[in-house]
Amino acid sequence: MNGISVMWLREVKRFFRSKSRIVGSLGQPLLFLVALGYGLGPVFQQAGQGNYLEFIAPGIIGMSIIFTSIFNGMQVIWDRQFGFLKETMVAPVSRLSIMFGRTLGGATVAALQGALVLVLTMLVGFRPISWTGIIPALVVMLLIALLFSALGMVVASLLRDMQGFQLIMNFLVMPLFFLSGALFPLNNVPPALLLVARFDPLSYGVDALRLFLLGQGVFNITLDIAVLVGMIGVFLALGSYFFSRIEV
Amino acid sequence: MDAIITVEHLTKTFGEGPAAVQDISFTVARGSIVAFLGPNGAGKSTTIKMLTTLLRPTAGTIRIAGHDPATNPDAVRHAFGIVFQDPSLDEDLTAFENLEFHGVLYGVPKETRRARITELLALVELSDRKDDFVRNFSGGMKRRLEIARGLLHHPQILFLDEPTLGLDPQTRNHLWSYVEKLNREEGITVFFTTHYMEEADRVAQHIAIIDHGRIVAEGSGAALKKQTKSNSLEDAFLMLTGNEIRAEAGNSLDRMRNMRSMHRGARR
Repeated sequence: MNGISVMWLREVKRFFRSKSRIVGSLGQPLLFLVALGYGLGPVFQQAGQGNYLEFIAPGIIGMSIIFTSIFNGMQVIWDRQFGFLKETMVAPVSRLSIMFGRTLGGATVAALQGALVLVLTMLVGFRPISWTGIIPALVVMLLIALLFSALGMVVASLLRDMQGFQLIMNFLVMPLFFLSGALFPLNNVPPALLLVARFDPLSYGVDALRLFLLGQGVFNITLDIAVLVGMIGVFLALGSYFFSRIEV
Repeated sequence: MDAIITVEHLTKTFGEGPAAVQDISFTVARGSIVAFLGPNGAGKSTTIKMLTTLLRPTAGTIRIAGHDPATNPDAVRHAFGIVFQDPSLDEDLTAFENLEFHGVLYGVPKETRRARITELLALVELSDRKDDFVRNFSGGMKRRLEIARGLLHHPQILFLDEPTLGLDPQTRNHLWSYVEKLNREEGITVFFTTHYMEEADRVAQHIAIIDHGRIVAEGSGAALKKQTKSNSLEDAFLMLTGNEIRAEAGNSLDRMRNMRSMHRGARR
């Protein structure tokens, strides 16, 4: 218990300390919203699909959560490099609780980030269909954050140093984001692309966000939540296994 | 003699290579200060990692304060404090928070923890810097803070892995006087490694020299000098371990510099 709470607190403290990190991580979502939302908006409208800014807003929230949470998970590599990981490894708490605490902390931070991006989308013109939809949407954000924080831990436990970071960004994070339907509707895409999107857990997260914030989606909410919760379980299990095998 | 560390036939092999530690046995008396010396790659760090539950031995037994690290790692972890060769503080937290986190991880109750933190910060002369971020600390201050952290949970043994590496003579001198004071006043057993032979000769009551994974000599500084008919411990050390230069793994500072530049480049 001590291990979990202390590791969680550490992540949260570090988040609120680094103002530059908070502001910096809002830049990219803002750019996507403005450039794509306003830039592609007219084309989208002409195709009879409605308001593009509203359509991508949940996708951009998903994007900021996946980037932040995978990056937080990979913080372990940093701690290994700078030695702090050793301090936690010789402490009389189980590795499992350290891993859980970190994942929860990283997920909390990423979900907060997602909530900030939601506020940002509302500032540039996004209007959710109902205020009450925001509460379940926040829960979905936390689920997405947990899922990808756990995935980040799996990745970090397998890498020895930051050399592999670009590889992970380009071959894991970017495809997860671009193939998830965050930027385009999945109901008219070629079957092959839809198939790929069905294997991407972020598709279900973004879909659930759209259901709660816009009232539209391609899958149903039960499936979305079931996939998110199921994959959290899978990645937490893998993460604990690989984390317990780390040698420092 | 009351032994607080007992090591018997300890062996560690990595993959196919020659054993990093080959069948070593030694005991450390409670309340003593022991230096563990050896050239780079001799097996010092591997031994310390096995003693501190970070690595599992391939063969042999270890008992630390009556417990076996393999079967009861948490009891062993409560019994020792450690200052690692490389810094291991969280630079984004303050000095106080680093200590506080350690105390919580080790399950030290709040009242005791707060009192102990105040006491230790005073001991390592960092009381006035307690709310400063560790990233603004000098190398010597970080070392002192790490020592304070290692002592927070009242360990019986303090492991110091090259604690004075990269510190100026003033700081080194100071650091050893803290360590001697702790040993004298709190009865803590100290087990350290260093490359500075004069430190070992001055501070340690007992010295073990390891080379190629085996203990090649053991005894007091005076006994080792007498055995090799040398004037200094440095000469005795060279007599026992030979003169050739050992291969050194990439130093942690180089790795960190690499990381920093990678980090800047890779940030999205």
